[in-house]
Amino acid sequence: MKVLSEDRTRILFEKLTKYIGVNVKLLIDRPDGTYCFREKKDRVYYISEKLLHLAQTVKPDNLVSAGTCFGKFTKTNKFRLHITALTYISPYAPFKVWVKPSAEQQFLYGHHIIKSGLGRITENTPKHQGVVVLTMSDIPIGFGVASRTTAECRHADPLATIVFHQADVGEYIRSEDTLT
Amino acid sequence: MDIVNEILEREQKKSDKYKPITVEKHLELEFDLGSLLASDTNDLDIKTLKTNKDSYLLALTRDNAQLLLNKVWELPTERIEEAIVVRLPQPTTILPRAKPVPVPKPLTKWQEFAKAKGINKKKKDKLQWDEQLQKWVPLYGFKKTAAEKEKNWLIEVPQNLDPMTDMYEKKAGEKSEKVAKNELQRLKNLARAKKVKIPRVGLPVTSDKASATQLSTAASVAKASTASLGKFQDKLPKEKEARGKGVHELIPGKERKRKAPIPTPAAEKEYNLNLLDNILSKRPKIDMDKAVAKSINEEEVKRSHEKKNMKPGLGKRKTQGKGNATNFSAKKPKAGKGKRAPNKKSTGRKRR
Repeated sequence: MKVLSEDRTRILFEKLTKYIGVNVKLLIDRPDGTYCFREKKDRVYYISEKLLHLAQTVKPDNLVSAGTCFGKFTKTNKFRLHITALTYISPYAPFKVWVKPSAEQQFLYGHHIIKSGLGRITENTPKHQGVVVLTMSDIPIGFGVASRTTAECRHADPLATIVFHQADVGEYIRSEDTLT
Repeated sequence: MDIVNEILEREQKKSDKYKPITVEKHLELEFDLGSLLASDTNDLDIKTLKTNKDSYLLALTRDNAQLLLNKVWELPTERIEEAIVVRLPQPTTILPRAKPVPVPKPLTKWQEFAKAKGINKKKKDKLQWDEQLQKWVPLYGFKKTAAEKEKNWLIEVPQNLDPMTDMYEKKAGEKSEKVAKNELQRLKNLARAKKVKIPRVGLPVTSDKASATQLSTAASVAKASTASLGKFQDKLPKEKEARGKGVHELIPGKERKRKAPIPTPAAEKEYNLNLLDNILSKRPKIDMDKAVAKSINEEEVKRSHEKKNMKPGLGKRKTQGKGNATNFSAKKPKAGKGKRAPNKKSTGRKRR
């Protein structure tokens, strides 16, 4: 488990701010202990200090992963956020999109959300803002990028995409071998 | 009588010097007066050709020239400044091309893109109405810089930059960068048209041998062109990585060999929070797009509200959504029922 270099921490935080905004502070500075980010083989893990101490007792070669994998750095040093980060991101996300039950399946298969599948969207969502996708019963099912502002969504035709798919809960089944 | 005879004899002798104007030929010649061409298809007399070639050919040429000139004289003559002139008609013989057919130039990258997208060039006038200056400003050429200077008499420093930055210098720098980029692209287009191969990074090889830096750059770029970006490629014991503009981006994954000391939890937390503060401060506080979108949104809400007021009794009242969500299937409840200042008791007139 390596400490992230300054460059990489910066890239990671910038990506996180795209989805949660100012609340990234709450991820680091938690009431139940300090949490930190560690890197192993280009994958970023979010672990508490206590768990990290315990993980360091294991030989590095034998350790597969510790904590939650937030995502990985690609070969060209860009950070890709995985679905495994959803539980930590969804409570802090300022911009949310609710999906109708009829369009849930489509999103879970990896397609984008179109206007006819949109239930609700938070007010004043800027264009290309990272959003968390929830079902109508407020269960987070993934995240995406809003392709239009809220005002534009109102005037869009029913087949226009309004949220680009980034990650969904169905990936646990589709790409289970690449998620860790 | 004698004098008349003498004159006639003199004329006779004179005309005997010259050969006759009329020429007898078996076949008529073909004339192209526009290019002063006469084609004689009569057979040559082989006997005379063999015996006295030169004189025969000379006589033949003279006869043909005579016929051509006869034809030329048949055209209408004009007199321009004491010279008799004949206007030749258009030539009828088709001459072959002197040079090969021109090859169409290959389109530049932008031209191809514009063709694919269907973008056409829009003609711009030289003078353009400027709202700020309230006058006609030239877009290029004479007095363009003066107008621009007048317009940019002041440039504000935006929030996220150091307040001491020189904005004029910055603008000039950006312009020179754009010009350099344009020039580079023009040269690339030219190279593509002439099918000259140019390396991805660095200057192309001019002499027959490449320099050491050029070779090392080429080797580094080639090494990093594998699926693992050169991580598992063997290296010579003393081989050094190439350094230069643009090479660094093509060789990603450069890891620092020195190991940073693992920070204590408290120090790490502080470091992370500081870094976060740094990132958040760099984001613009007043996001223009967001502000515009918000104002548009407010206008629309107001408009829909007015519409609803105009049509009474339409639409059922559904429960309002949680928080700030726009519920696309619910009606917005009426606002304005609360008091402005609930604790204010005085109801008197406002004194000015």
